[in-house]
Amino acid sequence: MATDEARKSVLHRLLRDPQAVITASILLATIALGLLANVLPQHGPNDVVFGNVNLPTGSPGYPFGANQLGQDIFARVLHSINTAWVSALIGASVALVVGTTFGLIGGYFTRLRSGVEWVFTVVMTLPGILLLILLMPLTGGDFRATMLIYGFLMSPGVYRIVRNQTIGVSKELYVDAAKVSGVTHTRILFRHILSVVRGPIIIATSFLTGTAIGVQAGLAFLGVGSAEIASFGGMISQGFRAINIDPMQFIWPSIFLGLITANIVLFGNALRDALEGSRPKPQKITATQTTEGFSAEVSGPADELAVLQVRDLGIAYKSPAGVLNEVVRGVNLTIRQGETIGLVGESGSGKTQTAFGILGVLPLEAKVTRGSVRIEGNECLGAPEPVLRALRGNTIAYVPQEPMSNLDPVYTIGSQLVEGIRAADGCTKPEARERAIELLGRVGIPNPQRVFKSYPHEISGGMAQRVLIAGAVASRPKILIADEPTTALDVTVQAEILDLLRELQEEMNMAIIMVTHNFGVVADICDRIAVMKQGQIVETGQIEELFANPSHEYTKMLLDSILDEDTIRTDPPVRQGANQ
Amino acid sequence: MTTPLIDARSLHVAYPQRGFRRQPIEIVHGVDFQIDAGETLGIVGESGSGKTTIGRAILGLAPVSGGSITFEGRDISHASGAQRRALAKDIQVVFQDPYSSLNPAMTIGRTLAEPLMVQGWDKAKATARVLELLDRVGLPKNAAARLPREFSGGQRQRVAIARALAPGPRLIICDEPVSGLDLSTQATVLDLFIEIQRDTGVAYMFISHDLAVIRHISHRVGVVFRGDIVEQGTCAEVTNNPQNPYTQRLLLAAPVANPQAQRARRLERQRLREEHENIYGGLAKLAERGIAKAVAHPR
Repeated sequence: MATDEARKSVLHRLLRDPQAVITASILLATIALGLLANVLPQHGPNDVVFGNVNLPTGSPGYPFGANQLGQDIFARVLHSINTAWVSALIGASVALVVGTTFGLIGGYFTRLRSGVEWVFTVVMTLPGILLLILLMPLTGGDFRATMLIYGFLMSPGVYRIVRNQTIGVSKELYVDAAKVSGVTHTRILFRHILSVVRGPIIIATSFLTGTAIGVQAGLAFLGVGSAEIASFGGMISQGFRAINIDPMQFIWPSIFLGLITANIVLFGNALRDALEGSRPKPQKITATQTTEGFSAEVSGPADELAVLQVRDLGIAYKSPAGVLNEVVRGVNLTIRQGETIGLVGESGSGKTQTAFGILGVLPLEAKVTRGSVRIEGNECLGAPEPVLRALRGNTIAYVPQEPMSNLDPVYTIGSQLVEGIRAADGCTKPEARERAIELLGRVGIPNPQRVFKSYPHEISGGMAQRVLIAGAVASRPKILIADEPTTALDVTVQAEILDLLRELQEEMNMAIIMVTHNFGVVADICDRIAVMKQGQIVETGQIEELFANPSHEYTKMLLDSILDEDTIRTDPPVRQGANQ
Repeated sequence: MTTPLIDARSLHVAYPQRGFRRQPIEIVHGVDFQIDAGETLGIVGESGSGKTTIGRAILGLAPVSGGSITFEGRDISHASGAQRRALAKDIQVVFQDPYSSLNPAMTIGRTLAEPLMVQGWDKAKATARVLELLDRVGLPKNAAARLPREFSGGQRQRVAIARALAPGPRLIICDEPVSGLDLSTQATVLDLFIEIQRDTGVAYMFISHDLAVIRHISHRVGVVFRGDIVEQGTCAEVTNNPQNPYTQRLLLAAPVANPQAQRARRLERQRLREEHENIYGGLAKLAERGIAKAVAHPR
């Protein structure tokens, strides 16, 4: 049912794409013409009438003229269309069946993989066209037998696609769950895996079709195969010989061959867009988008001691219907030097959006609807990007949740740190290098020299987070925003990272905004806490006070949900014979 | 004494490496544990410790390279495909990630019916059972016709629990089933696990990195560190009075949601670490001179 729905929407998208509609109509029209090959022309494709040799286009009974043998070119073109589509059908379906079957086997059964892989690699090394010509005595020149063999030669392409997709899907937990449920391998392959790899296969098929037609025509052009069978390749070759007499003999088959192959490729592209969606554009960070007529306004007194003051901040996203939905709805937050505030909430509460809003790195679709963000008294909302960039490097820094995905795997850790340091204060390379190594040592990395030269995959998650913290504090920022900095880490590593942040804070007198869902982390490191729910801060206070006497219902509910350290399961196991 | 449900003896798990004549990588280095009917064995450890691999070995998803696992006295360490399919009735699983553990293209109803259909249930009976299961895990009946993407993480995890319960298993391997959930959802899903256990007498192997979760649900606890179970005992013994230094460290590292208590815990942890550094720092110096090598590099 679900897949029906998905299929329906693919068809829907195809029907709305003019490229798909036009190319598909042209292709269908050629197929229809081919089916009428024995009806429309007044002559058979091989009928030789000597009186009609080299008739020009538009002659009565010979709309496209006649060739050197006096055969009807119109009839031969229509029959060539059939030859082309039959070639495509045979070649593509053999490639598809062989490639898909072995792709599933090679991808799913790891033990068989190397054997299957070897066979397909050998097939790939075979010189295709040459082999087909050499096998002429075996195929007897029948283009259908030739395309059957060519199907096998094309199958490695399909095999590769299906195998790679299958390996990916096999790692999904739902495949494991199906195995544990006792589902047989065949059923898993058909129900769970084939449905996912279907899309890429369909796309590959459309291109295989074009290739098969091209190869068949090429072989016929070279004179491989029976002259009895009308084929674009043969006709073009014949037309070449008569090019000085009548170029149209050569042009007619070329037009149709070109029309078919070009439309197949264009249709394939449209199909790819419909099935895979057009590629997402890379995210670009620009100055925060604001709604029209926005101006930062501050009501109430400015806090002189605050390094960061957020007033009535509103952030909205456009819904598909075009209505702005606020995900952050009037957040007020003030933070002073050296203070740590915990921004706590469940998923979807808007805590990360608030942090991004303060940093000025909201995605393009986000719009700031109201409020003000002041860093050391300077308004950030609506400020130009260069101003914000300078601010981000020097005054405000960020530590992300996933340390690994925030390091570029292609560059050494050292070069990434050096780049960041130089961008922030424009010092020379050797200076930046010295600073980076010093910082790595400062954040508790045992062998800074070695880690400086390492690539991200060579260090652990905890080390990677230390590296990112080193990068964040390189320019001694006034404010550090840490977005769930320890969530991806083990508890023992978490404790060390929190210790490190505490030490760095004392040393540099930074303000820290700790975005987290973990009340243990808040209790460990924060001075104050702000509880967020549905885009609003529902309660804020000093941690001792708030943990002891929460006033808002939501805070109470959250604190009650914490698994109490002191309770331990005491009820004994239910013994045998319990009802099922 | 009755035979335990699961009896693992000197269980080793090693993954073969790709490439000619390369040594397999051993993840689990010989662990012993038992799970009795109706009880929860909590397995706690950090990432890469091998706790998930132990669970996967019971499920037949990881290769057993030494030792044995028996289920009700029968050796299942190298069960064949057909034996595994028969075991599916008794041993089930709930995975951590409720997003990738449900096929996005299959409705909840089909996902839940699949394990029943392969056990040879007829369609009408399976449909009735699916509705019963949805009710059991607190989901509305109309959920059966909907797709996973229409549900939140907590609801998806309920679906995964329903799927595990479908054939009426004796044991469910729960691999971090509440780690991806919000705090308030986590508590209700844990309570659901306990409630189901009380009603059906199913046993759990509950794998988690979170000691608070483990304490909440386990009767007995095993602590896994680098492929070994370093400490094992009743929940109270292990989590209130740990003997192994690693368990002690793990316990002190978990922050408690109480500012005063957490400050005390932090100081205790820092004191322990300094002590540890002094001892091992000293040993390392000795080791440099070729003495006490074995002691200075504990596993």
